[in-house]
Amino acid sequence: MTNEIDRDLFEHLVELAALALDEQEATYLRRELNNQLKAIDELEAIPLDSEVPPASHGVPYPPDIRPPVREDEWVPHPDPDAILEQAPETEGRYVVVPDIPHKELP
Amino acid sequence: MDLYRIPAFQLAGLIRRRDISAVEALDATLDRVQAVDGRPGSLDGPAEPGDDRAVHAFITRTPERARAQAEAVDRQLARGEDPGPLAGVPFTVKDIFCVQGTPSTAGSRILANYVAPYTATPAARMEAAGGVMIGKVNLDEFTYGSSNESSAFQPTPRNPWDLSRVPGGSSGGSAAAVAAGEGALSLGTDTAGSIRQPAAFCGVVGLKPTYGRVSRYGLIAFGSSLDCPGPLARNVTDAALALNAIAGADPRDATAAAVPVPDYTARLEEGIQGMRVGLSPDYLRITFFDAETGTFEEQPIEATIREAVERAAQALADRGAEIVEEVPMPHTRYGIPVYFVISRVEAASNLHRFDGVKYGYRTPEPVPDLREMYRRSRARGFGPQPKLRILMGMYVSAAQYSEQYYNRALRVRTLIRQDFERAFAPDGDHRLDALLTPTTPTTAFPMGAVYGDSVLMQYADQLTVPANHAGVPGLSLPAGFDPHGLPLGIQLLGPDFSEQGLLRLGRAYEMATEDAPWRQRAPFEGLTTDS
Repeated sequence: MTNEIDRDLFEHLVELAALALDEQEATYLRRELNNQLKAIDELEAIPLDSEVPPASHGVPYPPDIRPPVREDEWVPHPDPDAILEQAPETEGRYVVVPDIPHKELP
Repeated sequence: MDLYRIPAFQLAGLIRRRDISAVEALDATLDRVQAVDGRPGSLDGPAEPGDDRAVHAFITRTPERARAQAEAVDRQLARGEDPGPLAGVPFTVKDIFCVQGTPSTAGSRILANYVAPYTATPAARMEAAGGVMIGKVNLDEFTYGSSNESSAFQPTPRNPWDLSRVPGGSSGGSAAAVAAGEGALSLGTDTAGSIRQPAAFCGVVGLKPTYGRVSRYGLIAFGSSLDCPGPLARNVTDAALALNAIAGADPRDATAAAVPVPDYTARLEEGIQGMRVGLSPDYLRITFFDAETGTFEEQPIEATIREAVERAAQALADRGAEIVEEVPMPHTRYGIPVYFVISRVEAASNLHRFDGVKYGYRTPEPVPDLREMYRRSRARGFGPQPKLRILMGMYVSAAQYSEQYYNRALRVRTLIRQDFERAFAPDGDHRLDALLTPTTPTTAFPMGAVYGDSVLMQYADQLTVPANHAGVPGLSLPAGFDPHGLPLGIQLLGPDFSEQGLLRLGRAYEMATEDAPWRQRAPFEGLTTDS
């Protein structure tokens, strides 16, 4: 089955991805997505019997090479201001954002 | 010899014996950067005359930090202390690693103003071993590319062997810097070939360790099940020295395996008698998707590259290796389609954190609400490659498509892994210690020749990406030049955690070819570079 990402579906994906695109960029990206999808469709042709399990990563992690779970200890960062300074807008030690979309409850 | 050209292991020896100082080594390297690199990449920098005559490996140079580190190394030596095995060795770091107090940009506008408040484990370990970081080098935006041209920081790096060509990517700045003599070592990352492919294009050694061999802590994540930090170097011994420094478990990365770290430099020259090295027809052809005809084309690898592999097999055989031909690796061709799915899902997930709230770019425009702030910040902050990956990742993992795409890709990944398991199985038909392949289907392509065609660009990784799916280690080695004077790369792939064997094979190949005329070449020969 070959799917195509049509304009409506594309716009839905753009919305989900929290992006905004101009027309030229949208045309380029949709074309590239559909070309990539054709390459991905090659996977359809591979015979896969039901015995083949999914691999979430390549190297198996048997217990003997898995690092032990570390203690859940609180470690203060030496310079939290260096982290806060990265925020585009702060007030005191709060990070400021624009209005959060919400509904007033009756 | 000019100090900037001296390999890391020799340079560290000279410095530790106090034949030269770390500061002298640093100054020679900084002079070299000054002479060949031109201006560093920057946002919105219009092209300038002369941009095409320099390497442009860097985004951020850190000469003051480097000088402080070099002076500290010299002081330690003066006190009779050991600064470590990388004492005074200048190195660069791909700008996908956080290094405290430095801009850590990922080659993206969205992180252009981000100054990391902490240091990635591999970078910290290089410094702890005495290494001197001279700066952060350019890359494809968020590592998404194979040419380095997608970086938001322009001009992007050029291939030191031919400045009209790409250095490869995504660790293009790393490979270009090492090749051009701008630091003996560089830290890169490899998600589909991003260490090995630029290493091949730039004629240097690139090592993608086993997944889990090197901690990913402090790495700006792309494909979390695929990403591997590793070294780029001018020779195998230097790569082994760097791996010594960075490998090993890390309490801050649960995927960093608790596997002991041998001294990778210790047995490099023990010889390769009886080691079994395989050749596979599936790595001597490529399958790629032709967007114009909508069909898959199959082509043999370029003859000069195939011949380099055959010569290397002969050289290894002459030193006692057994060459095993016709090793089937039937799922190699599916590496790219599988990657188009898995890496996109992981990338989309990892890129949701960039939202203009806690760090990075936020739109300066007035916005009515938070949602609109996200949209405009991400629209302006991300370039086309991250956007493509987010959109594809969301599509193929959507509830109604994930069985067809994502789950299927994860199962084909199992088949790719099984190709390697069969080839390396100690009781199997082939019992390989390593598979010998080309690193890339072509040599370095001209700037602008492929960029924009996201499908064709991805296929540059066809011979490197299977190792990422399987998690196995891969070593790319320089193997001569094509008729245009462009470097050729060969690749050794081995079983999990077999870096020691791969490096020994690589060193044997180096020794077998050390008198070859091509080994005497250096970039910029005959070129006048203004400083």
